[in-house]
Amino acid sequence: MAVRRALFPLGLVVAALISGAFLLLPLIAIFTRVPLATLVDQLGSGVVKDALVVSLKTTLIAQAAILLFGTPTAYLLATRRFRGRAFAITLVELPLVLPPAVAGIGLLAAFGRVGLLGSTLQAFGIEIPFTQTAVVMAVAFVASPLYVRQAIASFEAVDQSLVDASRTLGAGQARTFARIALPLASGGLASGAALAFARGLGEFGATIMFAGSFQGVTQTLPLAIYAEFESKFEVALAIGGLLVIISALLLLALKIRLGWTSSRSTSPFLFAPTRSS
Amino acid sequence: MDILSVDITVPLRSYALELKLETGQTTVALVGPSGAGKSTVLRAIAGLVHPSRGTITLGDQVWFASDQRIDLPPEDRPVGLVFQEYALFPHMTVRRNVSYGGKERVDELLERLRIADLADAKPGGLSGGERQRVALARALARGPRVLLLDEPLSALDAHTKATVRAELRELLHELELPALLVTHDFEDAAVLADRVGVIVDGRLVQLDTPAKLVSSPANPFVARLTGANLLEGNARRFGDLAEVVLDDGTMLYSTDPGRGRVGVVIYPWEITISRSTPADSALNHVAGSVTSLVTVDNRVRVQVGQLTAETSTESAERLGLAEGAQVVASFKATATRLLPLGETA
Repeated sequence: MAVRRALFPLGLVVAALISGAFLLLPLIAIFTRVPLATLVDQLGSGVVKDALVVSLKTTLIAQAAILLFGTPTAYLLATRRFRGRAFAITLVELPLVLPPAVAGIGLLAAFGRVGLLGSTLQAFGIEIPFTQTAVVMAVAFVASPLYVRQAIASFEAVDQSLVDASRTLGAGQARTFARIALPLASGGLASGAALAFARGLGEFGATIMFAGSFQGVTQTLPLAIYAEFESKFEVALAIGGLLVIISALLLLALKIRLGWTSSRSTSPFLFAPTRSS
Repeated sequence: MDILSVDITVPLRSYALELKLETGQTTVALVGPSGAGKSTVLRAIAGLVHPSRGTITLGDQVWFASDQRIDLPPEDRPVGLVFQEYALFPHMTVRRNVSYGGKERVDELLERLRIADLADAKPGGLSGGERQRVALARALARGPRVLLLDEPLSALDAHTKATVRAELRELLHELELPALLVTHDFEDAAVLADRVGVIVDGRLVQLDTPAKLVSSPANPFVARLTGANLLEGNARRFGDLAEVVLDDGTMLYSTDPGRGRVGVVIYPWEITISRSTPADSALNHVAGSVTSLVTVDNRVRVQVGQLTAETSTESAERLGLAEGAQVVASFKATATRLLPLGETA
């Protein structure tokens, strides 16, 4: 009997150990193949330096665009009840489940030379595919849902009576948004932004289809790994190590931030509530 | 002097709230069961709820008029609304909460409401009474021309409540503003307001001074709300009096005329308790055993059968009242009111 009772907890531990080993092993492999010194060395190489600059620049610009357009969109979806709201929320979340390759081909079909808006853009002398703008668009397309979903949930969690109180104290809608809703949702917005940033930094599929992989122009860190791993495996590994460090730091910052504002023990929920009332 | 005039219909879930009300520099309390639409009245006046028809005006300012398609947003209506749970901004200090509504009189208001020493505290650490004072200061900082209070005492514990209620009464008196407050407690309403309106199922059934509501309740609900006993029975004429046979067979007499199904209204303080039937002028004597004794300050509420009587703690001791004791509850025929029970009570 005692043995049978011990089976279940034992099973849990074994499964957890296998999961842990499976997740940890590739990370350990990267850092055993590339000692930290080599990694720092490789950062000086042209390919890595270019990719780092392209990645940071495009991800930051995409991030700014996500915050600028995503925040008002999320506030609208969180505070207004209208027909088609559920559809709108689904649309905003769609890129999350869409294969990145589909996102890439879709962007090409819309903004490419022969795309939906291609001739219009060409008339204005604008060409988007295979430029840095294309990288920014691919990243924004794929990463935005992570921010917008979290932002919707955060705005919905703001106590309606505080918003009402602000209005009766003479503040209009804009002032109420800036001084009540935004500060009270800021914790959730920051964690959503961190997740979107991490996702944007790792963007691969949509970028390679829509922007290509040209060193110094559209070649981001993940694209550089792919470009280098056949000829210079060590370089690819070094970039991999770099991305692991950046991602881990981001996650850590996020956890500390969350631990500071609330006591949630896991990463923030990824699904915005779809309350309709 | 501004007169707040409200005449609105607001559709609620199961019925429509219909209310007509005017008030000048006095305090009106709206009392009624929860879900009767009391808070909706305040929210409609503040502009947070949109009536389906009607008008809301303050003096010559039109805030809402369905026929003229006027509906001012909340920020354009000079009201001070104190929310039930106070709705203080958790991320701001007391001072910043108060100055949110207006910056001119902040220090004066902090002093006046005795929260100056809390100016740099966040609302999270305040007691219920302190929160209420902050909420009042914040509402007043805007320089409102109408004050609206939603269940101002319900978030407080019984001990704090009495003090806060007395302070609030004084403040309302000093302010000389039209004030409308909502509560489910008649006693609170009677202490705080000059006039009390009773709302049941979205309708104002009676609006009068607290004393008038007690002495002549318009219907059984008002009688029960004001704390009276309400005993149901059948009445018929008996000489000059009405004789009422209660559902448990007890016979009562009233100087009020009545016939058919009635409710006998009798206030607890009109009932005397004795050990044996007294030889006095009271016509009504109900014998029974004491089922509960509740001490409220210096009074004891004594439950005898379906009657609640009130005596001083001193009398209760002298009579040796205890649960199960056999007593007689007596009251005069003149102390009773008969309410016809045509509709549901």
